[in-house]
Amino acid sequence: MRTLTGAQIIMAVLKEEGVKTIFGFPGGAVIDIYDELNRTDIQHVLVRHEQGAVHAADGYARAKRSVGVCLVTSGPGATNTVSGLASAYMDSIPVVVLTGQVPTKLIGNDAFQEVDIVGITRPCTKHNYLVKHVDDLARVLKEAFHIARSGRPGPVLVDLPKDVVQGKARYKPLPEPRMPSYNPTYKPHMKQLRRAVALIKEAERPVIFSGGGVILSGASKELTAFARKLHAPVTASLMGLGGFPGTDPLWLGMPGMHGTYRANMSIGACDLLIGIGVRFDDRVTGKVEAFAPNAKIIHIDIDPTSISKNIPVTVPIVGDCKIALRELNNLLNEEKVKITKKSRKPWLDQIEKWKSTRPLGYKQKDVIKPQYVIEKLYELTKGKAIITTEVGQNQMWAAQYYHFDRPNSFITSGGLGCMGFGLPAAIGAQMACPDKLVVDVAGDGSIQMNIQELATAVQYKLPVKVVILNNRYLGMVRQWQELFYERRYASTDMEHAPDFVRLAESYGAVGLRATKPEEVESVLKEGLKVPGTTIMDFWVEREECVYPMVPAGAPITEMLLV
Amino acid sequence: MTARKHTISLLVDNEPGVLSRVAGLFSGRGFNIESLCVAETLDPAISRITLVTRGDDAIAEQIKKQLNKLINVIKVHDLTGTEHVEREMALIKVKAEADYRAEILRIVDIFRCKVVDVGPAHYTIEVTGTDEKLKAILSLLKPMGVKEIARTGAIALGREKKYRGS
Repeated sequence: MRTLTGAQIIMAVLKEEGVKTIFGFPGGAVIDIYDELNRTDIQHVLVRHEQGAVHAADGYARAKRSVGVCLVTSGPGATNTVSGLASAYMDSIPVVVLTGQVPTKLIGNDAFQEVDIVGITRPCTKHNYLVKHVDDLARVLKEAFHIARSGRPGPVLVDLPKDVVQGKARYKPLPEPRMPSYNPTYKPHMKQLRRAVALIKEAERPVIFSGGGVILSGASKELTAFARKLHAPVTASLMGLGGFPGTDPLWLGMPGMHGTYRANMSIGACDLLIGIGVRFDDRVTGKVEAFAPNAKIIHIDIDPTSISKNIPVTVPIVGDCKIALRELNNLLNEEKVKITKKSRKPWLDQIEKWKSTRPLGYKQKDVIKPQYVIEKLYELTKGKAIITTEVGQNQMWAAQYYHFDRPNSFITSGGLGCMGFGLPAAIGAQMACPDKLVVDVAGDGSIQMNIQELATAVQYKLPVKVVILNNRYLGMVRQWQELFYERRYASTDMEHAPDFVRLAESYGAVGLRATKPEEVESVLKEGLKVPGTTIMDFWVEREECVYPMVPAGAPITEMLLV
Repeated sequence: MTARKHTISLLVDNEPGVLSRVAGLFSGRGFNIESLCVAETLDPAISRITLVTRGDDAIAEQIKKQLNKLINVIKVHDLTGTEHVEREMALIKVKAEADYRAEILRIVDIFRCKVVDVGPAHYTIEVTGTDEKLKAILSLLKPMGVKEIARTGAIALGREKKYRGS
């Protein structure tokens, strides 16, 4: 057993946890930690705003399927992490945020750069800690990583007073923690699985609705096998995109407010809905009473609070999506359940009819259509890029027109809808996957919320590509104002926008612009080819709307179409 | 679905901030707390929280699941609809003018309460019982003039089986 300082203990645990990269921003309360970090081979990515650090750790965690780590100072450093934490919490992303804190003796004294960050972040973290004694430090850090990645993952914050970091304690590596009050259920109940199989056997019009849980548990293979066995069409929430191949014939597209016609109609008409790793968010269900009105519902989720929260469920199954799907596939084999493509034909024919009558679409005329930019991007990247998005119309068009065949290739702030997410998340994803192409699909509004992270991308030579769908509006709010507020565009017209090309150049990045449809392809080609961080500024149709659209509170089968 | 009272007994880690996590869960999700009572158990590392809330079955279910999800909550037990004993204590300071002093003592006697403080113009009465009993004695004392009242909120424990094998 060695005697180490608090800062050294932190480094020891980070190494045990396999941490290679930390996103952060130094300050007075964390100087000792930075001093120690500097002596390790863990790479620190210096962001330009702490919100960027958490979003980057979020993007890193998703792209790498591991825990993302942040380090920030006390007071404002800590408060700046709140939006990032709330976003990671809503999307169940494993992130550990280490915040500095004033010395324990000063806590509660309104000291310089003191804030009760544990109090502030209690409702937007999976759990948080204030470490009051250096003897507790190693245990708390181990628990933080354990809680962040296990069960339904989520962010955990650890607040570290300066004297704890400077103090000394005996240290030896601890085993994986065992906590009596925290035991997530991974293995689903066999009886419930059998009940599910019974419903599956009877169903004539099943729909599989998969979500972020499938991606988090790495269950794509099992899900694909399950869907093919059932010949059941698959829809996926925004968080679930990529969990099932977006080019598969059984793919329905996304459901809900901006879902495809066929996905929403299928949910409306199905007799069995199998929700896997979803939480039936209001953006998906629309009017709850009219959601899947003819269906029995099977719901698999690792978090019992998600089950029967918004939608009453026929067969609840608490457990890990991957294990549950594997068990269901096994049961279907054991019971020799044979579902033939022929028996499913009437249902699949009906869906095909919906697909061909109301496909997603737009007409490219003399002004660039944002959808066209995304389609071209898909074509030129052969669907192989990791796409991050900002929030709003850009996010919905990316979800609709880029077809995701692989999990962890679509990274977006789904639950919180946090503008400014895309660029730092792209930085995190690029750090996690240096050899992959990472593209942030942005709007001109969202990109300005964390534009400072361009400096981070350039400093670390990250070839992140930013595609700005520039309509000089806060487009999604403007769309609501057009459709539901008689075109009163209150404060959504961003009359003054920066010159994004020169802005990119001033940061040392490459800036390109397309103002006409015929320039789109060449700008994309060049932008994707040039080395280094690149902004591509597309001047798109200003008043383009995202369709289909289900007005808030309406049934999802009642869509506004183009 | 109709809202009804739920008495929920929680075992939690005896740590700073745990009460705030429980209270924050209720305020953040729009559930209400009618009363709440916390103290250490025999194991000083564990506290028991007894809380009374109101909601229909779906809400009660959500409340229990959400409580279970808190890392510091070890056990959640909804005593409603199960055999249990529930008690609450109140201290009631009632005006005791000469005309009423005897009547107040008779009520104290009937309800098996105690007078714990006496003055020329007041009695302070200690009363223990169910919510109904407290309401009943209060309704009788109100006409005399209740000056102040302090209530503990309910505490409760499940009943053990009376006979072996039953």
